[in-house]
Amino acid sequence: MADAFTLQRRRRAIHGWLLLAPSLVMLTAFAFYPSAATLWASLFSRGTRRRPAEFIGLENYGRLFDDPTFWLVATNNLLYAGVTIPLSIALALVMALWADARIPARSFVRTAYFTPTVLPMIAAANLWLFFYTPGFGVLDRIGGLFGAASVNWLGQPETALWAVSAVTVWKEAGFFMIFYLAALQTIPPDLREAAAIEGAGRWTYTRRVVLPLLMPTTLFILVNAMINSVKLIDHLFILTRGGPSDASKLILYYVWENAFAFFDRPAAAAMTVLVLAGLGTLAALQFLVIDRRTHYR
Amino acid sequence: MSRAMPQPSRNHAEAMLAILVALLWISPLVFALWAAFHNASDAASFDLGAPWTLANFRTAWAGAPWLTYLLNSFLLVSLVLAGQLVLTTLAGFAFAQVAFRGKDTVFLLVLLQLFILPEVLIVENYRVAARLGLLDTLLGIGAPYMASAFGIFLMRQTFRSVPKELDEAARVEGCSLLGVLWRVYVPAARPTYLAYALVSISTHWNNFLWPLIVTNTEGTRPLTVGLSIFAAPENGVDIAVISAATVMTAAPLVVLFLVFQRQFVQAFLRAGIK
Repeated sequence: MADAFTLQRRRRAIHGWLLLAPSLVMLTAFAFYPSAATLWASLFSRGTRRRPAEFIGLENYGRLFDDPTFWLVATNNLLYAGVTIPLSIALALVMALWADARIPARSFVRTAYFTPTVLPMIAAANLWLFFYTPGFGVLDRIGGLFGAASVNWLGQPETALWAVSAVTVWKEAGFFMIFYLAALQTIPPDLREAAAIEGAGRWTYTRRVVLPLLMPTTLFILVNAMINSVKLIDHLFILTRGGPSDASKLILYYVWENAFAFFDRPAAAAMTVLVLAGLGTLAALQFLVIDRRTHYR
Repeated sequence: MSRAMPQPSRNHAEAMLAILVALLWISPLVFALWAAFHNASDAASFDLGAPWTLANFRTAWAGAPWLTYLLNSFLLVSLVLAGQLVLTTLAGFAFAQVAFRGKDTVFLLVLLQLFILPEVLIVENYRVAARLGLLDTLLGIGAPYMASAFGIFLMRQTFRSVPKELDEAARVEGCSLLGVLWRVYVPAARPTYLAYALVSISTHWNNFLWPLIVTNTEGTRPLTVGLSIFAAPENGVDIAVISAATVMTAAPLVVLFLVFQRQFVQAFLRAGIK
């Protein structure tokens, strides 16, 4: 009897691993192995035809920390995250509250907010190019109506990063709105009635009842927005190419540039390891803090 | 007490604001659409009375192998989706309904991939693709996305909610493990499949960085990469023609979205909520 039981357990284990095998093979080839290889590559010198790559420990990291461009790019990315994350989340919330309220043309409003989400970032960047181009861009024309001087939004270091950030916010807000919209629809309507009976105004109701109930959604969106602040760089290729003088360059773009334009694999690898470490911390935070909170929901 | 009832005037102002933001939000798209049908100088001078023309579309169409790009995007999206559906179904089923040792550890490893984004690993993924002979192929663009941790997670959650009685009934009838998966779990997960498919299609139709890196000939480039090359400043294409090309490339998905709007939004909701 015990034997039959063991046999059955063994068979189940074989089935389980067989079912997982295709996914594990692909994950190993395109996630686990490359991660390990990145770490490994970051410890070796850049090989040339005459001199093969050799182990140099943490020298690549030292070189990276001595590179002023790296610090500029890291700062840019922090600013980019610092602007796009809160702005797109706040906008998403306001949009969701509007799209959930009883207003005229509600479905048009909803569609309009969400449409940028289905556009490729590359196409979105092309659309925004017309807004930013000095001379005949839409922003300049509108500025011209009020007598403002022409501004080269993408061409000057002071504004390029903000111009790029605006496109990201435009693209993301409608996407995040959807999650808020879903959460709003799970709030029982009697809460609103109860609040009204208690004499709470709409603002009080939103602040004291709706916002706390939306907290798990906000955390979920926050994690997504943080990941996007690393990942969303497609529009740089169209709008600024990281310029002028690296003013709008972000980390992943710099990784790409190092690897595929400067052919400096060790530098790209070292930077990737730092990004992975950052994302890993985020993952740990998500598992430890956020998941626990949402479980109690 | 009177504050409890929303004041109509404030509501009106708010609705106006909501609609104003909505107009602002689609204005880049509307402007590009308008510019695409006017010649460059009229588009640049904002002449609303200017005559309409299709010349930009003709120029744009002749300027690049759009049909090849379109076909590539279509094949790529289908390939990725097919791979994802098979892999995530099998893995999700294993995690949800098969009990074996080491499962939880492996599941944690899989979840890790939610954060090890393929986008971040471009450098080493390129070398893996090169070693496997996948450079400049559609399979090379799609392969890193097939074992999607997100998809596996989603399928696991869905399969877990399938009533155990259905599973047992099928087993009593003599179904094998794969038979149970195919006859009981897959049909029960149909809404999740639809949701996941829509999210996957829109993600990969719009993907850019990795396809840019892996492809280097016209024969394999998807629309996004083709558009970026066509609109590159070195090519000196004017703004109206770029508008036309942008409208052309964005149109399939936007039209699909407008037609299936409800399903689309539901899909994103379903995919996002654990």
